[in-house]
Amino acid sequence: MIRRLLSVYHARNLEFLRDRGTMLFSLLLPIMLVIGMGFVFGGPPRPLFKVGVLAPPAAAHAHPFLEERYVQFVPMSDRSAALAKLTHQQIDLLADFSAGTRYWVNTDSPKGYVIERLLLAAEPGAQREPVTGKALRYIDWLFPGILGMNMMFSCLFGVGYVVLRYRKSGFLKRLHATPLTAFEFLSAQVLSRLSLILFVTLVLYLGIGAIIGFHSAGSPALLALLAVLGALSMIALGLTVAARFSSEELVGGILNLLTWPMMLLSGIWFSLEGSPRWVQWVAYVFPLTQLLDAARDVMLDGAGVAQIAPQLVYLAATTLVFLAFGAWSFRWRID
Amino acid sequence: MSTPLLEVRNLVKQYPSATAVDGVSFSVPEGICFGLLGPNGAGKTTTVEIMEGILPPTAGEVRYRGEPLGARFREDAGILFQKTALQDHLTVRQSVALFRGLYTHGLDVDEVLRVCALEKLARRDARKLSGGQQQRLLLAIALVNDPAVLFLDEPTTGLDPQARRNFWELVESIKARRKTIILTTHYMEEAELLCDEIAIMDRGRIVAQGPPHRLLREHFAEVLLELPRAEFPEAARALPLQLIDSRDRVEITTHDLEATLRTLLEAHVPLTNLRVRPPNLEDLFLELTGKELRP
Repeated sequence: MIRRLLSVYHARNLEFLRDRGTMLFSLLLPIMLVIGMGFVFGGPPRPLFKVGVLAPPAAAHAHPFLEERYVQFVPMSDRSAALAKLTHQQIDLLADFSAGTRYWVNTDSPKGYVIERLLLAAEPGAQREPVTGKALRYIDWLFPGILGMNMMFSCLFGVGYVVLRYRKSGFLKRLHATPLTAFEFLSAQVLSRLSLILFVTLVLYLGIGAIIGFHSAGSPALLALLAVLGALSMIALGLTVAARFSSEELVGGILNLLTWPMMLLSGIWFSLEGSPRWVQWVAYVFPLTQLLDAARDVMLDGAGVAQIAPQLVYLAATTLVFLAFGAWSFRWRID
Repeated sequence: MSTPLLEVRNLVKQYPSATAVDGVSFSVPEGICFGLLGPNGAGKTTTVEIMEGILPPTAGEVRYRGEPLGARFREDAGILFQKTALQDHLTVRQSVALFRGLYTHGLDVDEVLRVCALEKLARRDARKLSGGQQQRLLLAIALVNDPAVLFLDEPTTGLDPQARRNFWELVESIKARRKTIILTTHYMEEAELLCDEIAIMDRGRIVAQGPPHRLLREHFAEVLLELPRAEFPEAARALPLQLIDSRDRVEITTHDLEATLRTLLEAHVPLTNLRVRPPNLEDLFLELTGKELRP
C-alpha cells in the first residue's frame, strides 16, 4: 500500500515541479500582494488618540478625562484582549474607572506618553500600570493573512482542478484498472499537495519576513503544526469538491463559491471584530478563519498550544470529515 | 476440462437510453488471443470494460480463474484502453515507473522499455511521442506487471500502416510468451493475423464465435467473384446468381466457379477486371450483421 501511495506521490510531485509557470506564480503572487497591500493600507486614517475603557465611572457625571477632544473612547470588556491591543499600540491607553482610576500605558508608545499627560492633568492620583510592546504595523497583521490566502487557493484549486483534469483525461480510469485504491490515490494527492504547500509557505514566510522585517512572537514548531493542519483541512475540502464532478464549469463555480467568501470573511484583509454577529458566525465555519485566528495569536501574541487548542481541534476534525466524505463520494471515471 | 482463464456469463449492461450489452456469454482459455469484433456501438468496449472490472454490469458476472474479479485479477491484468491520457510532465521512463510502483510483482522497467522498443525514447516527455510511440508506451504500461491477461481495446486505431505493423509484431512477440490476450478491433486483417478465436458482436449480442478459419469454412463453402459495378450490365442482374452490392463492386458467391463463369460469358458480362478470392472475415461480418465493419 505504502509503495503504491509513494509511486503516485512521487509522480505528482514531479508533475508540479516541472510545471514552472504554476510554480513561479504560486510564489510571486503573494509577494506582490504583500507589497501592494502594504502601500495601499500603509496608513489608514485614525482619530488622534484611541483609549480603551474597561469600566466607565460609577458616578452619573462623566470623568473630566472623558470630555477630552480628539480622543476616541472605546468600551472594552475583556481585559486581556484589551491589554494585547495596548501592547501592539492598537490603542494608546487603557483605563478602568470602576474603583478609583487605574490605567495602563505602553511606555514604548509616543502617543501613550502624550495621552497619559492628559489623563494625569484630569486626575493626578490615577494608578499607573506600565506595559511595553512595539507598535503592530498593518503589514505584520496582514502577513499571516496573505500566507493563509495563498495556502487556501493552492489547496482548493490545486487539488480540485488536478483531480478533475485526471478524471477528464481518463488517467483516473487507467489508475482504477490497477490495484491502487481510492484511499491510496487520495492520500498521495493530499501528501503531495501538503509537501508543496509547506515548502512554498516556508519560502514565503522566510522571504517576505526578511523583506518586511517580521519576527514571530510564538514557537515556530507550533506554527508548523498549525500550517500542516490548516493545509490538510483545506486540501481535504478541495477533494470533496473534486471527488465526483466532471465539469470544469461546475467545479470552478463551487470552488469560487468557497474561496470568495473565505477571501472576504476570513479576516485576511481586516479584522472581523466590528462586523455583525451573524457574519462572524458564518466566518468561523471556514477553516481559513480558524487558521488565521490561531496563526495571528501565535505570530503576533506568542500564544502557546493551549490557547489555540480549539482551532487545532477544529482543523483536525474538519480534515477527517472532508476526507471521509471525499473518499465516499469519489468517482474514478466520468459517469 | 480445466477452468477457463476468463468466463463471461449472461452479461447485461443497460443505460437509461439503451441496452449496450444484451446477454453475452463466452469463455477464454489460457494462452489464446481472443478477438471481439463488431461495428461501432456493438457493445465491444462496454463488454471489455466490464471484463476489466472498471464498469459494473447490470446483470451477469465475469469470473477470473473461477473466482469473481478481485484483488488478484487487478494484479494480473494488463490493460490498454482505447484512449488514455498519462500524467503531464513525466518522461517515458517515469510514466512506466509510476505504474510499476502500483503492482507487487512485475518486470523491470528497463526490460519493459526494451520489449516495447522504447529505450531510446526513455527520457523523452511522454506528451511529445508520435501516435505509434504513444501506443507502444501504453502497451509498455500494460505489460509492466507481467500480466497473465492483456486487454487491448482497438490498439491500432488511428495508427499509420507502418506503425500498425510494428505494433502487430509486438503483440506477436507477447503471444509467443503464452500470454492470454483479449483484443477488440475494427480491422479484420488484425483479427485474422492475431486472433486464435473471435466473437462477432452486433447490437449487444454475439452473432458468431469460433476460430476465424472455422467460422469462414462454416459460413462460406463458396468462393467470391468480384466485378466493378460500373462494368456490370443491369440486364445481368436477372441471371440466376447470388449477387451482393458492396461499395463500388458487385460480389457473386458460388459453389461452382466454372458454371458461374460460363453463365457470365454467355450474358456478355465483361470479365477483364474479374477478381476471384476466398472469403475473409470482412465478408463474414457483412453476411452476419449486414454492415460494413469499417465506418
